[in-house]
Amino acid sequence: MSTDTHAAGAHDHHHDDGHAHSTFSGYMLGFVLSVVLTAIPFWLVMSGALPSKQITALVIMAFAVVQIVVHMIYFLHMNTKSENGWSMMALIFTIVMVVIALSGSLWVMNHLNSNMMPIHEMTGMK
Amino acid sequence: MTVAVNPAQTGEPVFYLADEHPHPEGYSTSLGFWIYLMSDCLIFAMLFAAFGVLGANYAAGPAPKDLFDLDLVAVNTSMLLLSSITYGFAMLTMQQNKIAQTQMWLLITGLFGAAFIGIELTEFAHMIHEGATPQRSAFLSAFFTLVGTHGLHVSCGLIWLVTLMVQVWRFGLIEANRRRLMCLSMFWHFLDVVWIGVFTFVYLLGVLR
Repeated sequence: MSTDTHAAGAHDHHHDDGHAHSTFSGYMLGFVLSVVLTAIPFWLVMSGALPSKQITALVIMAFAVVQIVVHMIYFLHMNTKSENGWSMMALIFTIVMVVIALSGSLWVMNHLNSNMMPIHEMTGMK
Repeated sequence: MTVAVNPAQTGEPVFYLADEHPHPEGYSTSLGFWIYLMSDCLIFAMLFAAFGVLGANYAAGPAPKDLFDLDLVAVNTSMLLLSSITYGFAMLTMQQNKIAQTQMWLLITGLFGAAFIGIELTEFAHMIHEGATPQRSAFLSAFFTLVGTHGLHVSCGLIWLVTLMVQVWRFGLIEANRRRLMCLSMFWHFLDVVWIGVFTFVYLLGVLR
């Protein structure tokens, strides 16, 4: 019985540790970072500051990835320790699934599109 | 998962898994809710994939350049971003047991969320008025499905927010309400993460194309 009580107590303690990390400075830092990371891509597209569209596209996608990481850390409080690491495991699994599904769909459908093209349009193919 | 040893210590230890100890109520809620969010993430990934495949099929209809007003999207994005930080403030005041301030921040969050939905519906109404309906082209079908699903999530979040405000008003910041507010916090911030994908891949890259 004493073992049981101890185990429950230990879990309690851990549970509290899992999500009590929100601080004012953490939220403000996350907010300022995400405002900057949102404003720059909008400005890049609206002003056309970069010479080519391809470079602009790559840069704003990079900004999106960084901003998603910022939100994960400062707003969703993701870390490797919460829930004994299981939430990180679920996240990694989901990212793997998303990457496979997204890249697979885009790749396959792009090739399908290309191969279904009529012959006279083939010259314009990438 | 604690391995308990026979307390008699007779030299022949008996091992068994003692994972039947009682858990406090809501012990696994946050992990369970996180797993729900991850499955929701897969839904959005599929809608993004559909948009990625069909996003350039205009069927001689309007293209993103003709439809999207980036100024409006920027305002909309700032609404969602501001609602994220005000929800953060609600969580901070909740930790300090300040009920009135928590309710105030929740209300402000709700107003920003409602502004977001209002602007989005105005945009949709404007597009449909111009003939850019979901039936017009594969691009518009994928657009309305993806952005509409996100908007539906935010609307559900708003209903949830109002429900929790009533709960906090009636029962105070009890343990159950704190847990619910934490789940909504994850949901709300998650929707903001999805919106980063939407404004980058749908609006910005769309206008760029």
